[in-house]
Amino acid sequence: MTDLLTQLPPDPIYDRRKQIQERAAKTIGRRTLISRAYISMLMGCFIIALIPLGSVIYALINKGIAAISWTFLTALPSQPNLMQQDAIGGIGNAILGTIIIDLLAGLVAVPIGVLLGLYLAEATSRVADFLRAITEIMTGIPSILLGVFAYEYVVVPTKQFSGLAGIVALGVLMVPVIAKASEISFRGVPSTLREAGLALGARDSKIAKSITLPVAAPGVITGVLLSLARAMGETAPILLVVGASGAWNFNPLKPISALPLLTYNYSGSQYPSQRAAAWGVALALVTMILILSLTARIVSARMRREKR
Amino acid sequence: MEVVTTKTEVTTNMPTTKNEIAMQLKDVSVAFSGRTAVRDVTFDVEEKKVTSLIGPSGSGKTTLLRSLNRLHDLTKGAVVEGQILLGDTDIYNDKLPTTLLRSRIGMVFQRPNPFPTMSIYDNVVSGLRFNGIKKKALLDEAVESSLIAAALWDSVKGRLKNGGTTLSGGEQQRLCIARALAVEPEILLMDEPTSSLDPISTKAIEDLMGELKNRVTIVIVTHNMQQAARVSDNCAFLLMGDDRAGELIEFAETKKIFNNPSDPRTLDYIQGRFG
Ligand SMILES: Nc1ncnc2c1ncn2[C@@H]1O[C@H](COP(=O)(O)OP(=O)(O)OP(=O)(O)O)[C@@H](O)[C@H]1O
Ligand SMILES: [Mg+2]
Repeated sequence: MTDLLTQLPPDPIYDRRKQIQERAAKTIGRRTLISRAYISMLMGCFIIALIPLGSVIYALINKGIAAISWTFLTALPSQPNLMQQDAIGGIGNAILGTIIIDLLAGLVAVPIGVLLGLYLAEATSRVADFLRAITEIMTGIPSILLGVFAYEYVVVPTKQFSGLAGIVALGVLMVPVIAKASEISFRGVPSTLREAGLALGARDSKIAKSITLPVAAPGVITGVLLSLARAMGETAPILLVVGASGAWNFNPLKPISALPLLTYNYSGSQYPSQRAAAWGVALALVTMILILSLTARIVSARMRREKR
Repeated sequence: MEVVTTKTEVTTNMPTTKNEIAMQLKDVSVAFSGRTAVRDVTFDVEEKKVTSLIGPSGSGKTTLLRSLNRLHDLTKGAVVEGQILLGDTDIYNDKLPTTLLRSRIGMVFQRPNPFPTMSIYDNVVSGLRFNGIKKKALLDEAVESSLIAAALWDSVKGRLKNGGTTLSGGEQQRLCIARALAVEPEILLMDEPTSSLDPISTKAIEDLMGELKNRVTIVIVTHNMQQAARVSDNCAFLLMGDDRAGELIEFAETKKIFNNPSDPRTLDYIQGRFG
């Protein structure tokens, strides 16, 4: 700085800059402290939330592993009696039943749910608003109600407990969940992309197929897999409508066994061996759900990465 | 984000007149996940001057600019090497908290990004509030003076309570400049601030830079040669090397770069022969 400059009146900017910087420096300690406090509080909440969750998972793994063996996972169940109290057999057919019910329910619900989601994201009519509201309400519907519904409209007319009734109940349960997740993913596609397609002379259907769907796909797939995972654990409607079966059954029109059902039956059993086995059934179920959720995460992460 | 400091001898084509130095870059390299985007950039940013960064797309202008206020800290896999001095402070190694650092080095982004849930007023004072300044009088004063400095005051003074995103694109960008200025940063980084604006808004912002010079040091990235020539005092020309990493080809007074560059590649670029 030359001497001439120092003789000029001080620039008010400097005063203000100094004031602001001093204030910022003075409060940085406090601000850091506050943000640390918030973070500790969040950690605290996290730990508190973890305690019950952790105990459940601990019990599940601890007691579940004790019950699980290769035979347990693959054999048919057997009914213990007073002479043979430990003869519980396996859960092979229940695993199969759960997969059949979930898969077929998904097969029906996924296309309907995804298309409904696309419609809800794109349409602006009153009908769409109405459907949107209905979908939202449906996502919160108690699942037992769907069990009652499937009982009334499938079990009663066919005079038969069946996998089909379970498929109907779970399918209806999944549609709104998938629709909501898809709608959100479709909405997340920037409108500039669609406009870019339009400006290239693409038709609406073409844009939906080659722009909107692929961009939204990771979100849609995550939604689908999570809804499959959720449906897999649903117990109430299954209890009511699938009946029970002690045999291998691939036919969804017949009574079928399922893991949630077995968990319920075993946990209330008079035989300690069956009560212990209930943990094994639950662990098998949770593991299958976990695999679905993990797949959801991996698939969407991979698809997002590939798009870079 | 990690930081590696290397000590190497520095030689650059420095401007002939000696001025106060606001910021020094010494062998600054930035790599993303092992791939070098900018290599060994060394130059001084003069105080109260406008320094422009020019060069073709992908030559690392944005990358270099963002390293100046540690924005790469947020990027996984980003590594900044070399030294960046703000005054005597090595911004990557000294114990200066990044929050304080960034309040001293403001930034205006390529696309206007006013906070969508805040009014015009709240947008301008947001930086002050983040830094613990709450006095109403101070905030009011900052709003008026920064909006005046950003040439926006007259058109928004009657609607300060309106949302920041209700403004036009050009106005939004000036709002973002006002927001950056309100914290009274020593250095203002601007990444193609006028690339989404019409000629009138562009002119307004260019004029602005001329006036802002007496309160803040500006580093601006621009693709517009005329703009670089008009607004900047010094100019850095970056170009991708053989391995696609950006390198500093020439740093000199803007006059020299545009009239009599030392490197033939600079001349080629300015005359539009490549890039
Ligand atoms: N976050 C990032 N992760 C990985 N690579 C990046 C990242 N940011 C930039 N790059 C790479 O660094 C190189 C320089 O990019 P940069 O955005 O700095 O160029 P630029 O000179 O600003 O170009 P333009 O003029 O087009 O804005 C490019 O090859 C780019 O792919
Ligand atoms: Mg850039």
